[in-house]
Amino acid sequence: MPKKSTAQDEKLCSLEEAIGRLVPDGASVALGLQLESMIPFAAGHEIIRQGKRDLTLVGPISDILFDQMIGAGAVRKVVAAWVGNVMMGSAYNFRRAVEEGIPHPLEMVDHSNFTVALGLHAAALGVPFLPTYTAGGSDLIGRNPDLVEFEAPFTGETMRAVRALHPDVAVIQAQRADKYGNTHLWGNLGVAADAARAARHVIVVAEEIVDPKVIASDPNRTVIPGFLVEAVAEVPFGAHPSPVQGYYNRDNNYYSEYHRQTKTPQDFGSWLDRWVRGVKDRQGYLEQLGAERVEGLKVRKRALAARTDFGH
Amino acid sequence: MEPYTLSELMVVAAAREIRDGDIVFVGMRLPLLAYVVAKSSHAPRAVGVFENGVLRSTPARELLFTMSDGPNITGALSCFSMLECMALLQQGRVSLGFLGAAEVDRHGNLNSTEVDNHKGGTVRLPGSGGASDIAALSQRYVALLNHDKARLPEKVHYITSPGYGPWRQNGRLQQGGPAAIITTKAVLRFSSEGEAYLASCHPGVTVEDVLANTGWPLAVAPRVKKTPVPNKRELRVIRSYDPEHFWTK
Repeated sequence: MPKKSTAQDEKLCSLEEAIGRLVPDGASVALGLQLESMIPFAAGHEIIRQGKRDLTLVGPISDILFDQMIGAGAVRKVVAAWVGNVMMGSAYNFRRAVEEGIPHPLEMVDHSNFTVALGLHAAALGVPFLPTYTAGGSDLIGRNPDLVEFEAPFTGETMRAVRALHPDVAVIQAQRADKYGNTHLWGNLGVAADAARAARHVIVVAEEIVDPKVIASDPNRTVIPGFLVEAVAEVPFGAHPSPVQGYYNRDNNYYSEYHRQTKTPQDFGSWLDRWVRGVKDRQGYLEQLGAERVEGLKVRKRALAARTDFGH
Repeated sequence: MEPYTLSELMVVAAAREIRDGDIVFVGMRLPLLAYVVAKSSHAPRAVGVFENGVLRSTPARELLFTMSDGPNITGALSCFSMLECMALLQQGRVSLGFLGAAEVDRHGNLNSTEVDNHKGGTVRLPGSGGASDIAALSQRYVALLNHDKARLPEKVHYITSPGYGPWRQNGRLQQGGPAAIITTKAVLRFSSEGEAYLASCHPGVTVEDVLANTGWPLAVAPRVKKTPVPNKRELRVIRSYDPEHFWTK
């Protein structure tokens, strides 16, 4: 494995630097690993701003972030189970790319959620494939070269093998991390833990950087140990418009506005100029969003977990 | 009788498919509301499974637009990974799953990947998500969709999610398959040979209307029932959960 980082190295850097250093043109990048929550929009937008090209995007489902990156011309291939706008339905850039090759032809490798999860889990286990019963009877078999039927040892039954998925980079959006990359996640975890183990490089984008003692106080919540991580960036509101449990809620209007404002390539171009190309970084994006809107999304009612005693 | 919308009728039809104690892959849109209705009446012990990694024994306290919204996490029974949810499904522990689709055919195969644009090309749809897994591996599944001829072809353009076919004859997939298709006109059920038949028409819809809007010669039950209409209590539950009618427009 190419990972050289250790548990003692400090990995704090800006998101700009992390993307510049770890996401080369042509890389395969896993993102959106906690489904509709904690989607790394700030990281995706930085990838667009840096003009990255020919990327392969990997994930279970993508709620408008893949669509934005496809429309911006950064993507050559998508390996996923679902690409669209969860609340509104289809997403226009994805459709234009697959149906008409606008702005670039897009290769789509169709998975189901389970087969994406199994592919990442196989890589996380260090094995070349995992067996499953899913996809039986589905046209996913035959279209996706990474799913093949085989006869199972011991039982002789027909099963499907899912090839291990090894993304070059996984971008993990998190609630909090320390400067060594030790990362706390809570809420729905999706495929984040396996993706962090399957990827060659891991970037963590956290709402806040906390003292290592905070992380060490609750080791069951340390879903990603720091030695897997190469870069940690602190980006408050980095997942907007998706929600981060305990920090802010989903901005539902943003998704319906996106649906209305991206129907043509020209409209999408204006959208991109306003929210991505026309701002320098996440701070600029939040200024565009406005303080009132940001404030309105913050957690209204705390729901603290019971204290947990790790004493001995 | 209180006036109701077609969506509300479909929600209640879906709720009736949930049995007490079921482990249900809930999904969003109308089935989300069906779970709330069922929990409040005949299925208080049903457990909801969401493929992002959430289990709930009570409905979320606010309307959800996606399964990962804040209110679906607060007070959850358990939050874990997608793989663990899918493991429950593959083990055969999930009794029921709900699915939407762009097309359904006479054997209950569902397509949510791509459809013909009638100009020699295809319209690309979002894709499977967890639908293929839920159809293959839950003990039974129920699909909801608009009823028109283009969406109920004899054979779907692409099988995203498998209905009845040779794959149900032996092995693990034998124990699953579609139980019902709830459309905007009717409820279809399946014979022991895995062929859809018309089981009930919604109020105001005739058998002829259903047959004329179905893309194959649909079998008809000896006695076609009328789909039950929502009662006052069910309507109250639906409307207090979704007061703006976001999902039931």
